[in-house]
Amino acid sequence: MSEVKTDLVDVEIDGVWYQFPKGMRMIEACRQAGVEVPHYCYHPKLTSPGNCRMCLVEMGMPPRPAPGAEAPAPDENGHLPIAWMPRPVIACANTIGPNMGIRTTGPLTEECRKGVMELLLANHPLDCPICDQAGECSLQEFSVEHGKGESRFRERKVKKPKNVAVGPRIRLDDERCIMCSRCIRFTDEIADDPVLGFTDRGSHTVLTVYPGRELANNYSLNTVDICPVGALTSNDFRFQMRVWFMRETNTIDTNCATGCNITVFARENKIYRITPRQNNEVNSDWMPDSHRLNFHWIESDARLTDPLVKDGDHHRLASWSEAIATAADKLSALDGSEIAVIASARMTNEELLIVNRLVKHLKAGHVDTVARVGEPDGYLISADRNPNTNGVKLVLGLEDPGSQIEAIKAGIEQGRIKAVITLQEDLVDDAGFTPELLGKLDFLLSTYPLANATADASDVVLPGAAWAEKSGTMINATGRLQRLNKAVDAPGQTLEPWEIVRDLIQATGGGNGIYAVTDLFKQLAAEVSEFSGLTWGQIGDLGVPLIETGVTIPLLEREKQRIASGLIVG
Amino acid sequence: MAIIVQRPKLKWWEHLYLPGIITGMRVTLGHFFSILSGRTKVTMQYPEEKWDSHLPEHYRGAPALVTDEHGRERCVACQLCEFICPPRAITIKPEEIPSDDKWAKVEKRPRAFDIDMIRCIYCGLCEEVCPEQAIYLRKDYAITGLSRAEMVHDKTKLYEIGGVREGLVNKWNELK
Repeated sequence: MSEVKTDLVDVEIDGVWYQFPKGMRMIEACRQAGVEVPHYCYHPKLTSPGNCRMCLVEMGMPPRPAPGAEAPAPDENGHLPIAWMPRPVIACANTIGPNMGIRTTGPLTEECRKGVMELLLANHPLDCPICDQAGECSLQEFSVEHGKGESRFRERKVKKPKNVAVGPRIRLDDERCIMCSRCIRFTDEIADDPVLGFTDRGSHTVLTVYPGRELANNYSLNTVDICPVGALTSNDFRFQMRVWFMRETNTIDTNCATGCNITVFARENKIYRITPRQNNEVNSDWMPDSHRLNFHWIESDARLTDPLVKDGDHHRLASWSEAIATAADKLSALDGSEIAVIASARMTNEELLIVNRLVKHLKAGHVDTVARVGEPDGYLISADRNPNTNGVKLVLGLEDPGSQIEAIKAGIEQGRIKAVITLQEDLVDDAGFTPELLGKLDFLLSTYPLANATADASDVVLPGAAWAEKSGTMINATGRLQRLNKAVDAPGQTLEPWEIVRDLIQATGGGNGIYAVTDLFKQLAAEVSEFSGLTWGQIGDLGVPLIETGVTIPLLEREKQRIASGLIVG
Repeated sequence: MAIIVQRPKLKWWEHLYLPGIITGMRVTLGHFFSILSGRTKVTMQYPEEKWDSHLPEHYRGAPALVTDEHGRERCVACQLCEFICPPRAITIKPEEIPSDDKWAKVEKRPRAFDIDMIRCIYCGLCEEVCPEQAIYLRKDYAITGLSRAEMVHDKTKLYEIGGVREGLVNKWNELK
């Protein structure tokens, strides 16, 4: 005990002594000691009001000797005997002190948990068969572990509002609510939109939205994630699929440069929902609704499923080999200076590496990506709406991505550029090319998941996989290298963009021995100095810091302040 | 561990085998003469004749959905039967009950409920797992069809087989 740092204190948890920093919450000390304390209202990213009473534990301190009495002697390890308090304390809001004892088992805590569970379930509607939370519900889990198994409540259950639309994306069932107030604290502390509150104090307490307001901010769906029961449900996911059927894939969001860590829930090749995944260096526990719900287009009827080749005015189905051969014939006949390659900052580093190979192989005179700039929201959404602009700079070697687009347009106008290869970008809708301008080209090749005006103008249209259908790495705004993982299979004949580019290089006479996206990552590690020494496995689920960009994420900065001031655990 | 079975010690007249043969022939001839005289019948003329009236109460035939005494479909599309089904014969697509519906309070119902009777093994786990007592194995056993598609029972067919069940769960009663 004497040789450790002074800010550590000895704590006995369930009979075993540990050392933790002074001032740590008891519940966190228990968690780190591997002892689960059941809780509903406590959330490490929110303040602790201590209102669910589920985390009651027994606590004890060394006894204070009576005046004149001899102080208790420490044992051979330097620990004083513990005098246990007769009443329990909540573990979420109390902090640990020197020589403290915590008991999470025993008759007192067990009786407390049983009692809290019985009261929480007294008015619960028990509609688990239709509740979306079933399967990931704390109330279900703790009811199995600590509940009585049957109710002694013989009176009529309290009726409360059900199926209330509290916001455009959220439905509230007040009968299921256990009054943990997590959603209220989230909207107040994190989203700065305090529209939720409890009214009618007593057994008729209901969660309500402020009159005339609604829970409509762009972070509202996070309340559904943190709701420990099924009181708040997402309109988008409501009744779509039971949670136990879905396969979870850890991946990243590609809607902006922040690259929120997410989990994609899919069953039988259909994505049902996306939830944020904790990464304290990127998105904490949250993500914006606009990004979370932007996945339905992956199932769109406009998805391209087969390669198409233009025959006269119309496109016809073609095999991959025919489409690639057609493109290779056209491109081989042209001089490099007449070819422009427009890649995408939505592509992974691996894809950009092989695009770089293509550019060098064709000696293409023009190369750029399409910039997407929006308003930063001051929370998680970055001004740069491309997920991998840093990758474009690092791997494709562009200094100012997006700056050459106008020059390329002018080149087409003047007839200097005769062929454009556009990869995973919609030139008409996103880069301001007109179909007339694209019509001036001798040859236009496009890859994109969806059919669009660019595809319409293209001589060869190749279906390229969407973000959820491919693997790779991306570098977010703060310079963190993160992994994108494949969640579902792409429809039809769709290929991942790196495969398309590889085939194109091979068909125009360049050989390579690339068979998997991890091969490309190995080449990245060998060729780009920032990547040297990295392996695919090292990146893991949480990513690794790769470069210094000086960019910070506003929400994380505020979270750090709250942790420093002791408001939250973090 | 080897178990040693002692051979029975036979009497001298048992060694002749005659008593055994005579006992056996008595049973055989008994059946022979009773069939000859028409006292017993062993052949059932299926499908003109069927076992239906003899089936026990616990017989496990085709699974089917039931409605309650108010005409409400009991199934709330919780998909537990789909989960438990060992051959994965059940496919459910849930939907929300529109707010102007009489049973809007129940909130959820199956939009599509398909049981592939080629896959079904009549195990009865769906009936056992159902929290709403909505799916029962009925006594229908002759499930036939000329195509695979015909062998998939959809919601209409399932309610047709299932019929109405009264009593038991009363969860969605307004007066609950």
